Amino acid sequence: MILAKNLYQKEKLEQKPTRDGYGLALVELGKENKDIVVLGADLTGSTRCDWFRDKFPDRFIQVGIAEQNMMCIAAGLSLVGKIPFASTYSVFCPGRNWDQLRVSVAYNKANVKLTGAHAGVSVGADGATHQGLEDIAIARCLPNMTVLAPCDAIETQKATLAAGRMKGPVYLRFAREPTPVFTTKRTPFRIGQAEVLRKGKDVSIIACGPIVYEALLAAEELSKDGISVRVINNHTIKPIDEEEIIKAAEQTGAIVTGEDHQVMGGLGSVVAEVLSKNEPVPMEMVGVQNRFGESGEPEELMKEFKLTAEDIKKAVIKVIERK
Amino acid sequence: MDTKELEKQANNIRKDLVEMLTEAKSGHSAGSLGMVDVFTALYFGDIVKYDPKKPGWKERDRVVLSNAHICPAWYATMANAGYFPVKELKTLRKLGSRLQGHPDRLKLPYIETSGGSLGQGLSIACGMAYSFFKLDCKKNWVWCLTSDGEHDEGQMWEAAMFAGKNKLFNLTQIMDRNNIQIDGYTEDVMPLEPLKDKYEAFGWHVMDVDGHNMEEIIDACNKSKAIFEKPSLIIAHTIPGKGVDFIEWKYSWHGKAPCAEECKKALDELRTLGGKIKSESE
Repeated sequence: MILAKNLYQKEKLEQKPTRDGYGLALVELGKENKDIVVLGADLTGSTRCDWFRDKFPDRFIQVGIAEQNMMCIAAGLSLVGKIPFASTYSVFCPGRNWDQLRVSVAYNKANVKLTGAHAGVSVGADGATHQGLEDIAIARCLPNMTVLAPCDAIETQKATLAAGRMKGPVYLRFAREPTPVFTTKRTPFRIGQAEVLRKGKDVSIIACGPIVYEALLAAEELSKDGISVRVINNHTIKPIDEEEIIKAAEQTGAIVTGEDHQVMGGLGSVVAEVLSKNEPVPMEMVGVQNRFGESGEPEELMKEFKLTAEDIKKAVIKVIERK
Repeated sequence: MDTKELEKQANNIRKDLVEMLTEAKSGHSAGSLGMVDVFTALYFGDIVKYDPKKPGWKERDRVVLSNAHICPAWYATMANAGYFPVKELKTLRKLGSRLQGHPDRLKLPYIETSGGSLGQGLSIACGMAYSFFKLDCKKNWVWCLTSDGEHDEGQMWEAAMFAGKNKLFNLTQIMDRNNIQIDGYTEDVMPLEPLKDKYEAFGWHVMDVDGHNMEEIIDACNKSKAIFEKPSLIIAHTIPGKGVDFIEWKYSWHGKAPCAEECKKALDELRTLGGKIKSESE
């Protein structure tokens, strides 16, 4: 697996917010396809859509603080041949405009790409109202949807490009804070295909978003105690890569999931759904446990909500005991 | 078609409508009957550009039905316009039918968008109009049908603002102003007036018409195409249940279908134009 150099030395890795990858990819898509249109709802800078807006002002549509309107305008644009990217924070999209997503986009199978930035407690000081923790759950339960939660800025760029090049509605999830860029341009990315980033035989960690890096750190630490941990980057929440998950359960016999999202309805649930039908094995879920976020420094919050490498390590030890 | 022919066409659509609703045993009778004249004017009065033989024709206008629960009237109009066989109307709301209780674009590809959740269609129409006018400089017109009651939804006003801001002159909204919604009269449930002033303040050109007068409807639609730099709103004042005496004005008929006996009574009335002529079947 091709990952960054000095992978396990966090301080040596470049740190970038995943949304930066979105901004870069939009410009790239804008260049290659004149049908790409970007919609903003008064959060153009913080969703990195300003990069597209400055390059292609005629194809940027400002809708104001009106996410419901934005979602349906995007549907209308797509129904006459455009490829709209509707961008705002995840609490508003797919949060506030969920019915518009359900009826005008998903039911219509409209070729709309929607993006939820500022997902997770790692958003920090803004607190619970601005930390999207339910977006995966409410997006993935809709038929026709593809749901992506990329792990770093480079993967976000790839995910955005892939979303823009495929047909059908796609939800893309981003974090706010800079996180380690640990994949490279050469790391494979295909929608629907989970990637094994680290081989292991005792237990598998299946994670999405920047938590994947925490999983790698946990695996590295555990190897010092002789525990062999497989780490799977599950960037595609839907359609879920059942095969890779079942294989992990069969070969390692225990699973830990990791996400900066409610485990209820999130990746934890997704993996549990796959395993319970196919290969039930002991499982632990690292993620937000049925509570709202709160204000604080991102790092403090990651500890408070038990989403760090240390927490993943504890979950691994616990799940191995249950084998 | 001249006015007389249009009226006759509307009457035929009403008959199909009553029969299909009766067969379906559920559906929205009052609103559907009330908008038949507007649908007839749009599809048979040379207003909407369409070709039922080439539903994917690129130059066609787009019709968006935001108050999608009155889709039986739309289905009956489209069947009469040649999109699909009139006999298919009898499949309305049945398992496996292309004619869903609320329209599904994936099942019935002749329509431009699925719908059913109130307040969303005008935004979709805005997206289409924006694309044609601002992005591609194309001449396709967008016709959006809405209801008065759905203006309780805040999103309607978000869309109204957006259309005004962007001067979407290629968008004509026709509002079914029948004054009723499920819980009662619109002005009791949530007052909407003064609708004309409100829309004008949002940058729209507003016209009021008698929603059962073919000439007025057609005239206003044509005028809307001549308005420069503003989206147009035609407030069509309609009678819910129009054409069937025992349904007219009764909001209890908002969401139900006639039974067999009521169907016969309604058809008798429509066939005789309210007793003015002998029934065709006599």
